[in-house]
Amino acid sequence: MLLSTKSILSTKELTKLDIQQILDTAESFKEISTRAIKKVPTLRGKTIINLFFEPSTRTRTSFEIAGKRLSADVINISGSTSSTVKGENLIDTARNLEAMNPDILVVRHQCSGAPALLSQFVNSPIINAGDGSHEHPSQALLDLLTIRSHRGDLEGLKVAIVGDISHSRVARSNIKAMQTMGMKVRVVGPPPLIPVGLERLGVEVSHNLIEAIKDVDVVMILRIQLERQNQGLLSSLREYSNYFCLTSEALAKARDDVLIIHPGPVNRGVEIALDVMEGPRSLILNQVTNGVAIRMALFYLLLGENNANPN
Amino acid sequence: MQTLIKNGRVIDPANQIDGFFDILINNRKIEVVAPQGKIPAGKIKEIIDAKGCVVAPGFCDMHVHFREPGHEYKETIETGSASAAAGGFSTVAVMPNTSPVNDNRSVTELILSQAKKTALVNIFPIGAITKGLKGETLSDMGELKESGCIGYSDDGRPVMDSELMRRALEYSRMFDLPCIQHSEVLDLTRGGCMNEGIVSTELGLKGMPVEAEDIMVFRDICLLEKTGGRLHVAHISSGGAVELVRQAKAKGLPVTCEVAPHHFTLTEEACRNYDTNAKMSPPLRTDEDIDLIKDGLKDGTIDMIATDHAPHDLADKQVEFSNACFGIVGLETALPLTLKLVDENIITLQKAVDLLTQQPCRVFNLDKGTLGVGKDADIVIFNPDTEYTIDPAKFKSRSKNSPYKGWEVRGKILHTLVAGKTVYSSDND
Repeated sequence: MLLSTKSILSTKELTKLDIQQILDTAESFKEISTRAIKKVPTLRGKTIINLFFEPSTRTRTSFEIAGKRLSADVINISGSTSSTVKGENLIDTARNLEAMNPDILVVRHQCSGAPALLSQFVNSPIINAGDGSHEHPSQALLDLLTIRSHRGDLEGLKVAIVGDISHSRVARSNIKAMQTMGMKVRVVGPPPLIPVGLERLGVEVSHNLIEAIKDVDVVMILRIQLERQNQGLLSSLREYSNYFCLTSEALAKARDDVLIIHPGPVNRGVEIALDVMEGPRSLILNQVTNGVAIRMALFYLLLGENNANPN
Repeated sequence: MQTLIKNGRVIDPANQIDGFFDILINNRKIEVVAPQGKIPAGKIKEIIDAKGCVVAPGFCDMHVHFREPGHEYKETIETGSASAAAGGFSTVAVMPNTSPVNDNRSVTELILSQAKKTALVNIFPIGAITKGLKGETLSDMGELKESGCIGYSDDGRPVMDSELMRRALEYSRMFDLPCIQHSEVLDLTRGGCMNEGIVSTELGLKGMPVEAEDIMVFRDICLLEKTGGRLHVAHISSGGAVELVRQAKAKGLPVTCEVAPHHFTLTEEACRNYDTNAKMSPPLRTDEDIDLIKDGLKDGTIDMIATDHAPHDLADKQVEFSNACFGIVGLETALPLTLKLVDENIITLQKAVDLLTQQPCRVFNLDKGTLGVGKDADIVIFNPDTEYTIDPAKFKSRSKNSPYKGWEVRGKILHTLVAGKTVYSSDND
């Protein structure tokens, strides 16, 4: 069965069935990464281009490894990160790349909506690997995979997403995907970092970490950026930590079996305490492992089962 | 050269006329307006049959950007005026955010001389409030008026400095011309590219809160109360700002305002899918704002309709949403969008014509927007019932940035005359 979309631009356009299928496929791919020879011929002869206009180590590497484990040829291209880069350059770049017949474009861009813009000008499937403050669908999918493999079923689970919701593409992708899977989402952070109108998306908003994490199955901690201080959105990282850092004291108020996830990279001691990050409830490295499986699944499903054999 | 326009329904709010009249034009002027059939057609060579149509004063748009000098790849006075004529406009006021900025006599004179050479419609320049639109020092407002400017504006930018705005309102009193404010407190909209709300939240785009407009309108009204002068609020988009203008008018303050058709026909929802043609400043707001704007049109708080015609090339629009230019091609869709207000029983057809003719000319002291005998024969003929589909590719404007592509609308311009001469005829399309 194929996905309902040609490209993965946002989790908003994925159905429950799509997400289940992606997670199931990723689950079946996990094993490949544990083999001595971590490679299957599934996508041999396929070309994947990672087009990254914004610096990224882990996401780009994850996509690259995912493609290579499926035997695809993966090419990495870094676009200029200059803010003066105009869209016509983006479109030209993508069209030029497309003229070389790639099978998938993986795009990261600092502007919200850039992958959606590109999708109007190229025929190849596009995977949005993070666009501005908009979405980062593969991250949400790997988060769901991580949660599901520890809880079995996603339906009815409660999640608290803590941090800078306003600027987080991870939060947006997760809110949509989690709601689609029947989960309840609460966001936690200081009011300047909570975007306007979020309640109207069916999201509960809290400004109290302890209260907000008491009854949840999962706590997702987001990276907080120093830049927000200069923008006047935060008084200081120190003050932020006083109220929103997930410490072992805060964690003690949560359920014993709560899962802790973080999309990385982590500011140790700012949004999460070192002992919590490395403690037994933390699934942070597990997420990274699952990231490769999710991206393998996306490549496989977008290129069509008919073209490949999962073994 | 005589022209007779016959069999039309003449709507001329300036002369309280609405009925079936024929109009005789002689030597660029309106010579006779007489009940239907009373003007002998005898020797008249040019006869326009306006049966089933409305004959009105040519529309007057006090807010357009024709990009010349400086950005001729987007629009010129020639192409912009062709766009105006196709939209039924015979008179437009061009904003000074050209390159160089229209902040001195030489630029005003250049615009007027280009207009004389190439324009199909009457062009009235608006001069800058501050030199270079920099918001630092006042422009030479007297010289600007003497060279032909009919108002002052830093449009595209607000005058942020409150003292400078105070002085602008004070000084402009000497010349009895309005200061036109683009009302936006920039501290609140930095980096913003659409209305702040549920849609900006979902799209992950930086929002421009409606309060940025309200605060500036409120500040200017406070200043006006102290200084006198004339304040004209450009492209009002916020329901709250409409209420502020209403209150100021109730106090008898000399404040006026305009609304653009996109601010009563579209909301922030149009930005979904990152459609840069829906990126405007001020941004498209919400249904609640539209309702309050309609109330303002109904009760006269809003004085006129102006398009904020802002043509942009594909290179400026076919980009990431946050990098795209603000603005819309407005002149060629203004009539059908305004007639939607009539269809919805918000205003009458006479009022719609009034908002596009007499009212702007009253505020800007122009001897236009009337079919009075002896006046320039600037006339539009339109069929309010003709249905068609908007196709930006057919715009006369050099640019095609419009979010109305594919809209099924009603109300078609058939003829536009400026000083008795046909400058647009749908027969030639």
